Amino acid sequence: MAAKYTKGIAGIWLEEAQILKATRKVRESGFTKFEAISAYPIHGMEEAAGIKRSWIPYVAFTMGLAGLAGGLALTYWTSAVNWAVNVGGKPFFSLPAFVPIMFELTILLSALSSVGALFYACGIPRMDPPVIDPDLSCHKFAIFIPHNDNGYDEAKIESMFKELGATEVKKTEY
Amino acid sequence: MMKRSPLVLGNKTLKDVTDDICAPVERFPSKGWVGMFLGAKTLLLFYIGILASVVGVGIGLLGVNSPVFWGTMIVTFVFWIGIGHAGTLISAVLFLFRQKWRTSVARTAEAMTVFAVMTAGLFPLLHTGRPWLDYWLFPYPNQRGPLWVNFRSPLLWDVFAVSTYATVSMVFWYIGLVPDFATIKDRAKNKLRRTVYGALSLGWRGTAKNWSHYEMVYLLLAGLSTPLVLSVHTIVSFDFAVSNLPGWHTTIFPPYFVAGAIFSGFAMVVTLMTLVRIGFPEFKNYVTLDHMEVMNKIIMTTGMLVGYAYASEFFIAWYSGNQYERFVFINRAFGPYGWSYWIMVSCNTIFPQLFWFRRFRRSIPVMFVVSILVNIGMWFERFVITVTSLHRDFLPSSWGMYAWSWFDTGVLVGSFGMFLTLFLLYLRLFPAVSIAEVKPVLHVGYDDKGGHH
Repeated sequence: MAAKYTKGIAGIWLEEAQILKATRKVRESGFTKFEAISAYPIHGMEEAAGIKRSWIPYVAFTMGLAGLAGGLALTYWTSAVNWAVNVGGKPFFSLPAFVPIMFELTILLSALSSVGALFYACGIPRMDPPVIDPDLSCHKFAIFIPHNDNGYDEAKIESMFKELGATEVKKTEY
Repeated sequence: MMKRSPLVLGNKTLKDVTDDICAPVERFPSKGWVGMFLGAKTLLLFYIGILASVVGVGIGLLGVNSPVFWGTMIVTFVFWIGIGHAGTLISAVLFLFRQKWRTSVARTAEAMTVFAVMTAGLFPLLHTGRPWLDYWLFPYPNQRGPLWVNFRSPLLWDVFAVSTYATVSMVFWYIGLVPDFATIKDRAKNKLRRTVYGALSLGWRGTAKNWSHYEMVYLLLAGLSTPLVLSVHTIVSFDFAVSNLPGWHTTIFPPYFVAGAIFSGFAMVVTLMTLVRIGFPEFKNYVTLDHMEVMNKIIMTTGMLVGYAYASEFFIAWYSGNQYERFVFINRAFGPYGWSYWIMVSCNTIFPQLFWFRRFRRSIPVMFVVSILVNIGMWFERFVITVTSLHRDFLPSSWGMYAWSWFDTGVLVGSFGMFLTLFLLYLRLFPAVSIAEVKPVLHVGYDDKGGHH
């Protein structure tokens, strides 16, 4: 996937509590396109960054239903329409016997489509995205504000980051 | 408020966690690992040889014959599928119940699931005797007229259940690994490592939006895997329960099989975790004695569940008034295969009772021995169900014995070679504890100043 990266400015923090506070502040300052980066999911981050609840469950539910209907259609059409064979006097449309197939296909489609949706939502897979700091996947935290965000002003952002306890401020692309 | 004991010992910082868990992946393998790997690999090569003979000559090499048409292949298939269940249980069910202790063991348990299901999956395919025609098991449009698979057969439900289970557990495991691959990539010192782990991490960036979606998908997969894991062994039990054979035709089979699967799976997790703790001492801070103790409690509980099932089968055999049913169960305990029944009963219901005592629950040598006994017992449980029900049926004229050959032994022992080879490779190449999941629970059990409660 060809990826486009934007230039911007990033601040780096060392404490979980500080990054939460900083994220809240950045959001209150009117920025909307910023990214908060961490090595693990942080409790309370969604609220601080103003992230809406993920839409992936809708995909999972819809595709689960599709799997269920697909399982019913497959078993019904093959066993009762296309190749109706009398197996021990059982009805051609033996619904209880088809339940396991329908169930498994529900789970399969739902699970695979939610992973597909995750890939779409996160823009992965992509090769070698820019790394602001290799320690961000270990013990450091960062906020990245892209140059095209509302009221982008490098000097102001830098001083805001410093005020919020950032140990480092970098001009970078992400 | 109840005091909690720490989930991770040693007052670790975030960086310590990454360093500790990445260490086995980044350093040169120890002599112990190489020794075990060569042993496992030799066993795998032997297994490949055995399977090649069985495929080349035919399954007549195994002891299956009239009247015992299901033998080692099916027994060992059910055994390995059962082993897989603890992994999904730890990673999915305990996740839904917000059991934070699962984070330290979930990754390895899931790896165990994936490898156990891979090992198991081969057996039914080879048991068909003509594995090159196994694609007939799948419903696909074909040139033989409107010829479809029989969806009313439990054997076909099994195809769907096992392949769905294999796919979903692999995806669940991999999704959990993605952020940790990104961590290893960022620490990589050479280009090859950076490229390989970079590709495996799919370009994961760890932004708050990514994590938000990621956590939702993880929850969804856990929610979907939970009924899935129950369905898989239920459907495996249908392979038996839906037939009319005394000893198989039992309504207790689905819950009994699921309980047995969890029982044997947890025993295998304990066996492997004791070995991992010995091989990689840094993991002792993550997989603590508290973790092992909780798993031993689960082994004891599910051990009593299967014990209850054994008793209840006997009771129903008597209470049903069905003479064939009664005969099968008396024959099972006191007939020619009585020895296997008593191995099963003693390994599965007696030895796990040791875990009533805290001292044994927390003793590594005791739990190691008991977990192995449980696995032996659970293999024999499947042997008892399959072989003893088949060798004596309605007509004495059709009675016979299972002609166990050394190929049966080879298949059974060799399958451990495959499983262990995969597992040992996993321990060296993948982070064996979930880095991203352990970090948020680091503070559990510590007060603000970093001391224990």
